[in-house]
Amino acid sequence: MKQFIEGSRAVAEAVKLCRPGVISAYPITPQTHIVEELAQMVAQGDLNAQFVNVESEHSAASLVLGATATGVRSFTATSSQGLLLMAEVLFNIAGLRLPLVLTCANRAVSAPINIWNDHQDAETVRDSGWIQLWAEDMQDVMDLHIQAYKLSEDKRVCLPVMINMDGYILTHGIEVVDVPTQEQVDKFLPKYNPLYKLDVDKPMTLGFLAGPDYYLETRYAIQSTMSDCLKIIPEIVADFKNIFGRSRGGLVETYRAEDAQSVIVAKGSIIGTIKDTVDELRNEGKKVGAVKIITTRPFPAEVLNKCLLGIANIAVVEKAISLGAFGPLFADIKAVLSANPKQKLSNFIVGLGGRDISKQTIREIFEKLVKTDETCQFIGIKPELLTGENPQESFSDE
Amino acid sequence: MKEIRIHARAGQGAITTATILGHAYFAEGKFPYAFPYFGAARMGAPMNAFVRVDEKPVRLRSQVYEPDFLIIADATLMRGFNCFTGLKNKGVAIINEKETLDLKEVKPGQKVFFVPANDIAMETIGRPIANTALLGAFAAATNEFKLDSLIEAINKRFSENLAKVNIAAAQKGYEFISKATTYGAKRT
Repeated sequence: MKQFIEGSRAVAEAVKLCRPGVISAYPITPQTHIVEELAQMVAQGDLNAQFVNVESEHSAASLVLGATATGVRSFTATSSQGLLLMAEVLFNIAGLRLPLVLTCANRAVSAPINIWNDHQDAETVRDSGWIQLWAEDMQDVMDLHIQAYKLSEDKRVCLPVMINMDGYILTHGIEVVDVPTQEQVDKFLPKYNPLYKLDVDKPMTLGFLAGPDYYLETRYAIQSTMSDCLKIIPEIVADFKNIFGRSRGGLVETYRAEDAQSVIVAKGSIIGTIKDTVDELRNEGKKVGAVKIITTRPFPAEVLNKCLLGIANIAVVEKAISLGAFGPLFADIKAVLSANPKQKLSNFIVGLGGRDISKQTIREIFEKLVKTDETCQFIGIKPELLTGENPQESFSDE
Repeated sequence: MKEIRIHARAGQGAITTATILGHAYFAEGKFPYAFPYFGAARMGAPMNAFVRVDEKPVRLRSQVYEPDFLIIADATLMRGFNCFTGLKNKGVAIINEKETLDLKEVKPGQKVFFVPANDIAMETIGRPIANTALLGAFAAATNEFKLDSLIEAINKRFSENLAKVNIAAAQKGYEFISKATTYGAKRT
């Protein structure tokens, strides 16, 4: 049924429909509404799960790790500093091959403190062994969560999934969402039935010491599964379409890119703004398009290479930076793009700490990308803030 | 596509206003996207909420720079700050203010409606929470949706008793604009 609901509510509804047994989280802006909604559902008896309040994100992640290891479907959500406090546990969850779903309400990382949206939090833990999916709108938010449990718990996968949704823009935005029925979700998502679980009647241990003779293979196994996921994710999208009647999720989506001379590659909610700008520029006769990356881990190298083949000018536009190097998405794309000296590949950094990205910002990038193959071009810099003068000194005379 | 910018102070309920406004459009089969922007993230600090609405799903995720409509929930926000920046040439503004102010920012062709929304809220709700009175005024001033759609949206947002008083506020706001001559509140 179509409902006009907040993005955070869409997450809570999706999670509820997936029937988790344990939810644990520590509140952090802009993730808070998600777990507030879930806590209320549990308190009102609408969701038969245990909601565990904890003293930090490290504990929240540890708690859902433990719950999942005992064979219970679990959920947590966080943002920014919270995700980074979880970092150690995130690597453990993936290393233990535990299926789990986490929502990251993407937010900038301190210092200086900033509660607004960018992608630095999730990008910083991209090497943890988690599958990473990125939502463009509220329907994506709803549908990716339902798909994520199926993907994560698939016996061929057994890896955790992080759903990324832009803080405020999606978490606090309200939009029309088609909320599926419980029957549909039950048909799509079978009960969680792990290969192994911690059980006092059948004792075993998980995550025991693996020395130099064993550790390398554990990493190889995750890498190999990640590669398999590039085939499994499209299968899940097809299953989803059969039951829910719409195609959402997947690896990559192209928008008017087939005959384009210039494309922007991006992920998350900015894609909507890019699509609108592409339409305007197309009406003005410019051959432009967009490529939306939905899955960044595993990285869909082959599919992307195919989409970008023959496109003269490509710009990777991202809300994160590996300081001292490049935008992380740019580095990945640069690594897979077939060597073609006629192709220009550039990298633009936008929207850090919530700096607004308008259609004008995107137009500016479409104008610049044909002229350059520079990396890390910051868009929207205010030169007056870079003078090196101490603003307190100029105030002291008043 | 229509764009609405709400100017308020954090804590005045601008997000609720945007939510109800969006829901009224949704009740008429439109595709709204309502969203906030917090400035200083402190109670009382100026903040904006926005609604963008279309016949098809809205994809644009930026803030609103050239609104069709403005709702100014607190007239003191206009001191030293031009809330009218970017308002379209035939744009309409609804301002929570008893007096008819002379606003130099307003261009010919733009319409401004002053609504004593705090007074209406005191009468109907018993507290100076002006949002639903302003939304009633918005419906009458813009003809963007029917009063019934707004009432449906208010019923969706509030439980029975609160809904009742807020509907009364919306109706009074609506009537105030549709019979505006009584208070001389219209300025064209």
